[in-house]
Amino acid sequence: MLRFTLSRLVQAIVVVFVVFTLTFFMIRLAPGSPFATGEKQMPEEVMEMMKRSYGMNKPVYQQYFGAIGNYLQGDFMPSMKYEGRANAKIILDAFPVSLTIGISALLIALGIGLPAGIIAAVKRNTFLDYSAMSLALIGICLPTFVMGPFLALYFGIKLEWFNVAGWFSPTDWVLPSVTMGLIYAAYIARLTRGGMLEILNQDFIRTARAKGVPGWKIVVFHALKGGLLPVVAFLGPALAGITTGSFIIEKIFNLPGLGQHVINAVFNRDYTLTLATVVFYTSLLVAVNFLTDVLIAWLNPKVRLA
Amino acid sequence: MSAATAVITAPSGVSLSKGRSLWQDAWARFRKNRLAVGCTVLLAFIGLLCAFGPTVAFYKFGMTGETQDLVLKASPPSAQHWFGTDSLGRDLLVRTLEGGRVSLKVALIATLVALLIGVSYGATAGYVGGRADSWMMRVVDILYAMPFMLFVILLTVAFGKNMTLLYLAIGAVEWLTMARIVRAQVLTLARQEFVEAARSLGLPGRMIIFRHIVPNVLGPVIVYTTLTIPAVMLLEAALSFLGLGVQPPDSSWGTLIDDGANNMETYWWMLAFPAGIFSLTLFCLNFAGDGLRDALDVKSGKD
Repeated sequence: MLRFTLSRLVQAIVVVFVVFTLTFFMIRLAPGSPFATGEKQMPEEVMEMMKRSYGMNKPVYQQYFGAIGNYLQGDFMPSMKYEGRANAKIILDAFPVSLTIGISALLIALGIGLPAGIIAAVKRNTFLDYSAMSLALIGICLPTFVMGPFLALYFGIKLEWFNVAGWFSPTDWVLPSVTMGLIYAAYIARLTRGGMLEILNQDFIRTARAKGVPGWKIVVFHALKGGLLPVVAFLGPALAGITTGSFIIEKIFNLPGLGQHVINAVFNRDYTLTLATVVFYTSLLVAVNFLTDVLIAWLNPKVRLA
Repeated sequence: MSAATAVITAPSGVSLSKGRSLWQDAWARFRKNRLAVGCTVLLAFIGLLCAFGPTVAFYKFGMTGETQDLVLKASPPSAQHWFGTDSLGRDLLVRTLEGGRVSLKVALIATLVALLIGVSYGATAGYVGGRADSWMMRVVDILYAMPFMLFVILLTVAFGKNMTLLYLAIGAVEWLTMARIVRAQVLTLARQEFVEAARSLGLPGRMIIFRHIVPNVLGPVIVYTTLTIPAVMLLEAALSFLGLGVQPPDSSWGTLIDDGANNMETYWWMLAFPAGIFSLTLFCLNFAGDGLRDALDVKSGKD
């Protein structure tokens, strides 16, 4: 178990490092510079001063190692476009919005998906099963950018229950979270049903039934732990999808989240902010993946040996 | 000689026709799945409509997606414009079909890119085996953990928005699972008894690969390819929706949905029709893929 955890940890660090390096050089290879993209051209001397203050007069390899040094000390460096603001501050201001929506979406997805999947598996091939699974289909072929506008149209404009855009009133999280949550609920319901069906067909379940254990106890105490493995394995990718999916959700509902900053930073050639946001997202995803891997290995010893 | 032939002749009454091949079995199973067949027919219909519809519109009515009807600006569906018109008075049906052309083209080419990279990488890893294989798969593991959506965004924003880049970027994201599937298949097949039997019968390596390995790998590859197409379409539409994919004057289903979402408060049809066709296509692709998976008896498409 320790060996497995350590090897996964090393892999996670390698991923963050590779992403750091790729982003650092890729954004510098792109045409344009953080200081040239404006309506009025800066005088030469001012440009030189700006470059010097960000250390951009040094050779690229020195900038690269300097950036590594800064990041190792937890310093995400100042933004090049938003003058006088630290990247860390920009991220901390915007991330709570993305996080609120991501977490509530995940909770909605689990709250709908798990019960629907379990019921569909237990009442297999009945009307309940078919209706739960056809609902799950809607989630699979209606992507966020189709579902979002329709929900906004109906609940926002027609019924006027919620605001269609913005982040002002305390109910503004509802529509974005429901949009994303419903889609992931569909995946989770399908996975839960599959996992539970596999477990419910096994011998130890038949033994329990033969001993006279009541049906609900079999489901809750015997089948659930194994049956939910595929769902646990899906949580890592789901969170990845939810965080990157938030780019689209933020656009639909016009939210001041982190996704907008990533796109704007790349557009503005804001070298340091691009690096900071991309590394931040990557570390987040890698950390979640690492935790789910360890959790799965703990739940299912077979994985450790593979 | 004649005696030996007599022995293997079937008893009278039983017609010993040709044995049923794997593919005939699969076809029989697929035909029984009415949903999958229906979806395939519908897909073919949508595909043909997108391929030839705009041409018909042009030669019969002299209309392209750019032709503006200055009288009927932003008009709801009518006998003249079945899907209505957009705010510049362009026929939405023609625009949707033209958008479908672009979306389907991107989906097919990007899937092809993913297929080529994935199959050659996976087959090499599985065939070479040993240490090279484990390093190659370690690389895939690491790439898997990278936030590719971010890189696609970085690439398309930073390096202009041309279609070739779009194909490559999407293809580069989607090849990983294909490589894993092919590698696992090749690895297990090469060690199986029937391959060993073929070898001990003196079949040359070339024949083993083409008669025994390729047909067995083909099933999972076909299944996963059909399931990759909707994933690619989704990615393309998402990028276009964000304004990073297909650029004007071209339009795809993603950009049409984006347009529609911006106008939905007053002109519902601009969102409803492109979104409806797009979702229908995704639905059909998923079911055709699922049907193929059941028919070809592939254990699991994704690991």
